[in-house]
Amino acid sequence: MTVTLIERASALGLTKDELDTIVKTLGRDPSPAELAMYAAMWSEHCSYKSSKVHLKTLPTTGPKIVMGPGENAGVVDIGDGLVAVFKLESHNHPSAVEPVQGAATGVGGIVRDILATGARPVALLDPLRFGDPSEWRQRHLLGGVVAGIGQYGNSIGIPTVGGEIKFDPCYAGNPLVNVMCIGIMRKDLIARARAQGEGNVAILYGAKTGRDGIGGVSVLASRPFDAEAEAKRPSVQVGDPFSEKVAIEATLELLEQGLIVGVQDLGGAGFCCATSETASRGGVGMEVDLDAVLLREPDMEPFEILTSESQERMFAIVKPEDVERVLAVCERWGVDAMIVGRVTGGDRLVVTHRGEVVADVPARSLADDGPTYHRPMERPDWIDALRANDPSSLPVPKDLGEALLTVLGAPNVCDKSWAWEQYDFLVQHNTLQGPGGDGAVVRVEGTGKALVVATDGNGRYGQLDPRLGGRHAVAESARNVACTGARLLAITNCLNFGNPERADVMWQFAEAVAGMGEACLALETPVTGGNVSFYNETDGTSIHPTPIVGMLGILEDAGIHVGIGFNSAGDAIVVLGETFDELGGSEYAWAVHRHIGGVPPALDLRRETALCDLLATLAERRLISSAHDCSEGGLAVTIAESCIAGDIGARVTIESGLAPHVLWFSESASRAVVSCPPDRLDEVRAAAAAAGVPFAHIGTVGGVTLACGEFDLPVTGLRAAWNRTLPDLLA
Amino acid sequence: MKIGVIQFPGSLDDRDAVWAFERLGARAELIWHGDHDLRGADAIVVPGGFSYGDYLRCGAIARFAPVMEQVAEFARRGGVVIGICNGFQVLCEAGLLPGALVRNEGLKYRCVPVTLRVESNRSPHLSQANVGDLLRIPIKHGEGRYVADPGTLARMDANGQIALRYVDARGERAPEANPNGSTDDIAGVTNEAGNVLGMMPHPEHAVDETAGIRSADGAVILGSIVKAAVR
Repeated sequence: MTVTLIERASALGLTKDELDTIVKTLGRDPSPAELAMYAAMWSEHCSYKSSKVHLKTLPTTGPKIVMGPGENAGVVDIGDGLVAVFKLESHNHPSAVEPVQGAATGVGGIVRDILATGARPVALLDPLRFGDPSEWRQRHLLGGVVAGIGQYGNSIGIPTVGGEIKFDPCYAGNPLVNVMCIGIMRKDLIARARAQGEGNVAILYGAKTGRDGIGGVSVLASRPFDAEAEAKRPSVQVGDPFSEKVAIEATLELLEQGLIVGVQDLGGAGFCCATSETASRGGVGMEVDLDAVLLREPDMEPFEILTSESQERMFAIVKPEDVERVLAVCERWGVDAMIVGRVTGGDRLVVTHRGEVVADVPARSLADDGPTYHRPMERPDWIDALRANDPSSLPVPKDLGEALLTVLGAPNVCDKSWAWEQYDFLVQHNTLQGPGGDGAVVRVEGTGKALVVATDGNGRYGQLDPRLGGRHAVAESARNVACTGARLLAITNCLNFGNPERADVMWQFAEAVAGMGEACLALETPVTGGNVSFYNETDGTSIHPTPIVGMLGILEDAGIHVGIGFNSAGDAIVVLGETFDELGGSEYAWAVHRHIGGVPPALDLRRETALCDLLATLAERRLISSAHDCSEGGLAVTIAESCIAGDIGARVTIESGLAPHVLWFSESASRAVVSCPPDRLDEVRAAAAAAGVPFAHIGTVGGVTLACGEFDLPVTGLRAAWNRTLPDLLA
Repeated sequence: MKIGVIQFPGSLDDRDAVWAFERLGARAELIWHGDHDLRGADAIVVPGGFSYGDYLRCGAIARFAPVMEQVAEFARRGGVVIGICNGFQVLCEAGLLPGALVRNEGLKYRCVPVTLRVESNRSPHLSQANVGDLLRIPIKHGEGRYVADPGTLARMDANGQIALRYVDARGERAPEANPNGSTDDIAGVTNEAGNVLGMMPHPEHAVDETAGIRSADGAVILGSIVKAAVR
């Protein structure tokens, strides 16, 4: 092993130990192409080397889970011979460097993951996190990311039905751009991402391969950011949504005609990943010829062709007798397709270029036998001071109405229509509830059912208590889905954290994963897969631990779905759940006092489960007119939003021993505000009692103001405070 | 009777159009852009989307699709044709409709409900509507600002070719009711004969009161087309 080899390996992000393992595996020094392949496949992004020991602890099985982690996406049985396919992924670093293309290709990547299972993608959601939007750079990032999501998503005919946008200074250098996609397909047509059958043919189809995105997984995604981040722009891919759209249609047609043995998208680590993973999963070898790959630039080096992350490419294994039909389908859609190799016996991935073998490695060693690390973990000391800094010492607001208007207009709470309006939420004609509800509701065509999806994750809670933050991410997304009346099915997640080589970050990660696992067990929502995004730090400062959960639920009868808005004067308003003195990490503390400290609200998972069940029961029995989850901003924001959404007022009186500002802004978990016709009130009360959920009748819908003992504010004023923030900032 | 919906690579609302007509009880099917006949369709929909990616000018490549010669011939013989969103752009590029569609004022893609006022019902697409009717239908486009030279606009106005305008909820023209900066608040126009209608809003996305923007006002337009096609 030469010094140059060690230096080259290090420049690609491989450690000396990892290089030693490669040399031992091969019995010789790796070629330049092989070194690049291992560097990409053993990157944190592809290999999950720091996270997998923790992810293994998550519950992943259940009666409705058809496919869990390890495949292209999670698959859940939704009855009628159909399955839902879903996954959440990050494109944080590319979006920080180049927001429009970074976000656009994030959409493209997750859509291909869903497509690779054979499902037609039916919905997208985008959980986004930025720094303080009063800063020019943050508005530039927000504008670029939203435009990129729109440009791409709107051009491929998949509705963007939800997501959230949150702001905190911790994301200033490192915005989070997570994208979730959901697909629907027939259960008997699920495609597997595996190569099988010696002699079968490997076909690469879609866009041509260029020099974009080389080092995307290693240089960009698997290292922290610093002052030189801008120089990493060449590692960002450039999207072509038209190529994606025709690749989608061609792939679905190939699967419909039964022409595909195995299929995988090309994402991180490109061709090298698709070939090695499909071969490894199928337990076979593969020979591929790089001269057959259509290139944008003819002089590309083997390592560039192998690790390029050019977008809109798919890789399929087909039987020799089907090759002509496959090529014909691709031609009809105007999609370039080329035979690039074949499945062989044994276990080697052999790559040739201009007649020479440039790589010859066990496929499994790239895809599955990468390093596994038990990274050091340590609870950081700083967390004690943060938790001790309780919001109880904050001054009590003199005017509660004014505080409500401040919180309603705070960037985290305010109306996000400015962004939603740039997304097509209508295409495919099945959107029963688009952006702005608690959960997005998407009809399952051909059945009476609908899927319900929500994404959530509170970084402040994660910073104060990562385990509780992990639990809350699951619980809040569950509550959002349940508020529509749906029953919970399963989750996907995207775990956004700092540098795993730091013991405090690794501790946060382990805690958050443990918390998520506890909540998933209690709510009976298995984890079907997801994505880990480490190295979200800039100049040594980490983001708050931000596990984002994408919850999937189902309405057996789409017609019963419940919205968030009060809608009938005279309806009774009910709070389900109990309010405690819990302002730690709250939106009120941040929006009014710029305070983060104390401990997040406690979370009793039995109460949360009972509330979710009750909300679904109330909808199924058609007892309620509206339901809205209580979270950031507490009861005050929940009730105000229900007034704004329904364009109607409310009269409210709550009996409580809590100070008024605590009562109104506490973010106690496991609560929802529902409204119901007065003649249904007794039934709602009885159902709550049967479920063991605290019940309080607090008022009546009607009038043009939201009135309680402490304030009386016109709904028009609430709306103005809520919907002007983003348009004014981004004008 | 059968409605034909043209499918270009990059069409997005093609299946939505088929679904919407079927929901109204009509037969509808896709017609591939590379085909040379309209397979007996009695009315033609050029749907929304980004035909061929629309990287040049919206609709600029689609007008050269083999099937578009047949659509033009069908229109010349008086057949009922509707271009929705990208389809409107394609029909303008193909010279079947006057004017052009350019980048929205404000430069942003917008997906929002709008209110349309029926300005003329002489075209078969609006036969079931009355002049002055208000229709709540969504738009979703980045290049929907209608432009034409003043002479053309005056002729169109005199001819009753301005079919639909953006108005506020009370039915009045107002700057804030115009979502894209269209000249004279124009949302939809017809050719001189009236058998070809182009509109930026999507009537096929307003046939179901339980979904999307919760309006079924688009059914007036699609229903009128079905009625004309039956004749």
